[in-house]
Amino acid sequence: MTSLVDLSLLEMSAALRAGEISSRELTLACLEQIERLEPLLHAFLTLNPEKALARADAADGSLNAWRKEPDRPLQALLGIPIAVKDVLCVADIRCTCGSRILDNFVPPYNATVVERLLAAGVVILGKTNTDEFAMGSSTENSAYGVTRNPWDFDRVPGGSSGGSAAAVASCLVPAALGTDTGGSVRQPASFCGVTGIKPTYGRVSRAGVLPLAWTMDHVGPMTRTAGDLALMLGVIAGPDPLDATSSEVPVPDYVAALSGEVDGIRVGVLREYFVDDAAPEQRAAVEAAGQTLEGLGATIEDTQLPAMPMSVAAKQTVLAPEAYAYHEAWLKTRAADYGSAVRARILAGAFVTGTEYVNGQRLRTLLRNDIDRLLARYDVLLAPSTAFAAPPVAEKTVELGGQSVPVAMNLSRYTGVFNLSGHPAASVPCGFTAEGLPIGLQIVGRWFDESTVLRVADAYQRATDWHARRPDLVV
Amino acid sequence: MLLTLEEVEHIAELACLRLTEAEKERYREQLSAILDYATRLQTLDTAGIPPTSSVLPAHSVLRPDEPRPGLSLEKLLLNAPEAKDAQFLVPLVLD
Repeated sequence: MTSLVDLSLLEMSAALRAGEISSRELTLACLEQIERLEPLLHAFLTLNPEKALARADAADGSLNAWRKEPDRPLQALLGIPIAVKDVLCVADIRCTCGSRILDNFVPPYNATVVERLLAAGVVILGKTNTDEFAMGSSTENSAYGVTRNPWDFDRVPGGSSGGSAAAVASCLVPAALGTDTGGSVRQPASFCGVTGIKPTYGRVSRAGVLPLAWTMDHVGPMTRTAGDLALMLGVIAGPDPLDATSSEVPVPDYVAALSGEVDGIRVGVLREYFVDDAAPEQRAAVEAAGQTLEGLGATIEDTQLPAMPMSVAAKQTVLAPEAYAYHEAWLKTRAADYGSAVRARILAGAFVTGTEYVNGQRLRTLLRNDIDRLLARYDVLLAPSTAFAAPPVAEKTVELGGQSVPVAMNLSRYTGVFNLSGHPAASVPCGFTAEGLPIGLQIVGRWFDESTVLRVADAYQRATDWHARRPDLVV
Repeated sequence: MLLTLEEVEHIAELACLRLTEAEKERYREQLSAILDYATRLQTLDTAGIPPTSSVLPAHSVLRPDEPRPGLSLEKLLLNAPEAKDAQFLVPLVLD
């Protein structure tokens, strides 16, 4: 057997049920991995070992009882260690949002998604690092220090869910929760070589999640395989009486949707502004992924999203005022407690006029209609998750298309458009650069059709092994 | 288009923010970049396009109006920097 911590969540679950391992052994193995690698990574802001081991022992009790009566149903994630991004409330564990503003905040309640994961039997090991209030794309803007990319400690893990991405990539946990307002699940998943999904807007409750921009915020899981992603999403998805934006659309069995077949699936490859615009290695990797899917029986065609260039303007015009609306009181009373980069970005929201905000919302309607038109013709769209691989920490510019472009403005170049439109989008590993850094493939689907996105991601992973590679120090 | 220093000072005043001279200069650049995006949207022909009022065309989801247990007073006051007589203690605003 490969190292215990390197197993997928589904494999861990099978081993727990079979009694080959206990949740305590698994939890201790993860805690040892954390002890070994956390000093190099700084993926976690808070660790919770005592409570985690108590939860693991309780899970072992339930597993032992179940083995005597195996006909009874068993919780989907019983005894599985996970991590949670530090913008989601976990009762009685400090929640900082990566900010000094919330240095002492201990939520008295669980976010709905956390409540559902706990009801499914997970063991929460700790809270992961994030850019301050999830505002950033590199995890460099955390008040508690930068998280390192496990593939190269001198590079960023991406963000804002960089702690979760680094933790999953380093086998500190098999799964973690992230949030995604402009790409904060998919972009760090891409930079760290893990699998992540931003579900459809409304698919997963945001109750108990500190907001960045409420019309663009999504909660999504991060794992090492599409199968594990399907299992996690199935547990957290569905309507929530505490979140009026959560949808009543029934949640299908995502794991059952993973047929391994993509025969007849129509795939549109987004060329202009996406594949054609990316660095050469990203472009080649996404093109090769298209060919792999074609070899599996999918039909592949090149296509375009002409409205794409305006999406950055719409994203800024909608996000900044929504963030400002949430932070206004703190900015007026505790401005010095914010990091300067984040303070400036939020403050910009105070100066976007009402007309400009409404025009941003109008542009969203245009984008949504354009993407829907494409998805009437195709079952999924392919794009790179990012234009380039993880940049070095503190790097200001990067080479792209023969030009030197600012890193910060381009980290989430291909992801934010689907936060504006609400479509589900996953990132799966699809190759490595010559420097050994992961490349991510973005798979976008119709509203509420995460099943097809996951099915394509899973079929791709059955045919490739990019997702199974690990950084040197990890296993 | 770069904002003028006066414009930055004016908006800082509207937002009740005290900025240092160095911050004003930095914000002038950073705010201008973001506001440029907003200006760019004005070039769109948006006549006849309804703004997105909900990201998905969903109806408002209402839960049954039934009493549910809330959090205990002790739990609620755990995050109060100061508490007195089971209430949050805040700085005096009126003498």
